[in-house]
Amino acid sequence: MDMLNIKINGVSYQVPKGVTVLEAAKAAEIDIPTLCYLKDINEIGACRLCLVEVQEMRGPSLGPARMVTACVYPVTEGMSIVTNSEKIKKSRKLNLELLLSNHNKECLSCVRSTTCELQKLCRDYGVDENHFSGKKTQTAIDDSSVAIIRDNSKCVLCRRCVAACKNMQDIGVIGAVNRGFDTVIGTSFDKDLASTTCVNCGQCIVACPTGALHERDDTDKVFAALDDPTKHVYICTAPSVRAQIGECFGYEPGTDCEGKMVAALKRLGFDGVFDMNLTADLTIVEEATELVERMTKGGTLPMITSCSPGWIKYCEHYFPEMTENLSTCKSPQQMFGAVMKTYFAQKMGYDPKDIVFVSAIPCTAKKFEVGRPDQNAGGVPDVDVAITTREVGRMIERAGINFRALKDEKFDEPFEISSGAGVIFGATGGVMEAALRYAAEIVLGKKIEKVDFPEVRGTEGIKFASYDLGGTKINVAVASGTKNAKKLLRGVQSGEYDVQFIEIMACPGGCVNGGGQPYQPASVRNSVDLRAVRAKVLYNDDASRDLRKSQDNSGVKRLYDEFFGTPGSHKAHEVLHTSYIKRGM
Amino acid sequence: MKKKLTSVTFNDSAEKREKLLAVIEEYKGKEGNLLPVLQKAQEIYGYLPPEVQKTVALGLEVPEAEVFGVASFYAQFKLNPDGDIAIAVCLGTACYVKGSGQLADKVTEIVGLHPGETTSDGKYSFEATRCIGACGLAPVMTVNGDVYGRLTPADVAGIIRKYQ
Repeated sequence: MDMLNIKINGVSYQVPKGVTVLEAAKAAEIDIPTLCYLKDINEIGACRLCLVEVQEMRGPSLGPARMVTACVYPVTEGMSIVTNSEKIKKSRKLNLELLLSNHNKECLSCVRSTTCELQKLCRDYGVDENHFSGKKTQTAIDDSSVAIIRDNSKCVLCRRCVAACKNMQDIGVIGAVNRGFDTVIGTSFDKDLASTTCVNCGQCIVACPTGALHERDDTDKVFAALDDPTKHVYICTAPSVRAQIGECFGYEPGTDCEGKMVAALKRLGFDGVFDMNLTADLTIVEEATELVERMTKGGTLPMITSCSPGWIKYCEHYFPEMTENLSTCKSPQQMFGAVMKTYFAQKMGYDPKDIVFVSAIPCTAKKFEVGRPDQNAGGVPDVDVAITTREVGRMIERAGINFRALKDEKFDEPFEISSGAGVIFGATGGVMEAALRYAAEIVLGKKIEKVDFPEVRGTEGIKFASYDLGGTKINVAVASGTKNAKKLLRGVQSGEYDVQFIEIMACPGGCVNGGGQPYQPASVRNSVDLRAVRAKVLYNDDASRDLRKSQDNSGVKRLYDEFFGTPGSHKAHEVLHTSYIKRGM
Repeated sequence: MKKKLTSVTFNDSAEKREKLLAVIEEYKGKEGNLLPVLQKAQEIYGYLPPEVQKTVALGLEVPEAEVFGVASFYAQFKLNPDGDIAIAVCLGTACYVKGSGQLADKVTEIVGLHPGETTSDGKYSFEATRCIGACGLAPVMTVNGDVYGRLTPADVAGIIRKYQ
């Protein structure tokens, strides 16, 4: 590799040719502040907070010092970089004060207070929030969506959300509209977000440095239910929540906090804290049964997984001709709710109306999913409230529970048992691997020893693998992120890819990188592969278990024995399966 | 300036639509195609209603929000059609210092429109233009392309009346 000799703040370094000033400084452990920059998806040099002074070689000697944006400026041989001169600090401070001049400074009540990147920069640089005052851009809050709220009064026009939506997800329902002082991030023709093709993935929220984008906060609904003595209030937590909830309480990304999470939820006063891994296992049994049936009886192939509600809405808008390819299985969240309002209600002698079932999920699209039609097996909505990992964190804080001091506790019966297959649902490729562990046994008609399918693991956008199950060949594909989903499905439609089973997750990396996961600032997102670090928790958990296959989960077996009969039975279809809408554009 | 969305009902014609689809076909897949396609679309329709922007978005496989972003950014794109009585007041420097701001206020008072708007029935439209090259006559306004110069606010009502 060609190396360049440069100086940063007077110290000599060698860096590879082609890196930016920001990357060179990072390698030298020198932090340069950024606001608009998100590695690989938003590199536009717009916010001017990463300004540094550089001198470049002009012939035999250094030329004059110039201010450049570190995030996009490439290093050159002999370059001398100063990252923190008085001039630079003043300039960054001035830029921050200018941003604040058009900012709604209601920080005290802002959902991003203490996690806001703008707030941190302002504190770091000692800005005067009232240095410039005057007219502000007229904005209105768009709270039309059940999942995502947009408040442009807190927007700094960094366009990270636009980049997440368009460049990363290839959707682009939001963009910069109008011009100059009137510029806002908006939708086409000022439509409500709810009437666009937004899939509610929430990647815009986790990309946003401020409080301009946030999930609809449903914590009050949960607190109200907990306070109502006539209600039986239960919560279940999705596979990936345990891997991320710790981040709300200062743990490093990739810390498994299952025991503390369960303990905290019990202290909030739920009548039962259940593990959604159980219905992840149930989903696998139903879905793999459906797959084998489609393959043997000539059903629509390839069959595509249906666990990710962001992906479902994406398919309905962008590939309405492929909704028959979607597995009719409800997602694990909805299956859990359906089981609660039918089997569990019967077992306990409760009226389904008196059960409030809350799901804790890494996902903003699940807030949309709870209101979908054909998701009410017990005559009432399967799930009453879906709250994100962030909201769970806020509830625990608000209730005055010292999360870090809690002793580990276990999930409640009768929904406490889960397999490793259910756990890995939270990472891209996990559902596929879990399904393969089951499908292999059905097709082969005997127990399998090898339960690892490493070909479908990892954070790559699209993965392919082929398996020979006792003479039956099956080609599978896994895609995460809607951009990759589009690429894969176009290839399937054109005949380029011959696959029978596809797993798709709307968020790149799967649920561990969901739009409802704890905020991590750009400084972390740009240097840590959160998808991989968080997914590792789930794969470690899976590997540490004796119970690795969904079909060996005695909790799932009990559900079939006591209620559903056999996988794919009429009853199972009534309760655990759903239908889709061809939405189009 | 924030552009106003139109409230005028869109009247498409098979002929115009065919032309637009041909333009889209010609530019599809080419880099930097959005701006020229929007320009040609405006040549065909006279303005860029949401329906036309949607057709362009679908045809070029560009997100609708991006098409709208471009259409709302550039001054050359009109989101409202010319009215049957299309009024324009020049806000170029010469006209402005000669008081065309007051002419614009007068137009707003008479027809109830702000610059960039068209009445829902399509009868009146009002635009604030950049310099139209008639600085010697400043301040000027035009109605349906006819130029009126050296005006005072008191002249505006009479000029508009001629077209009613």
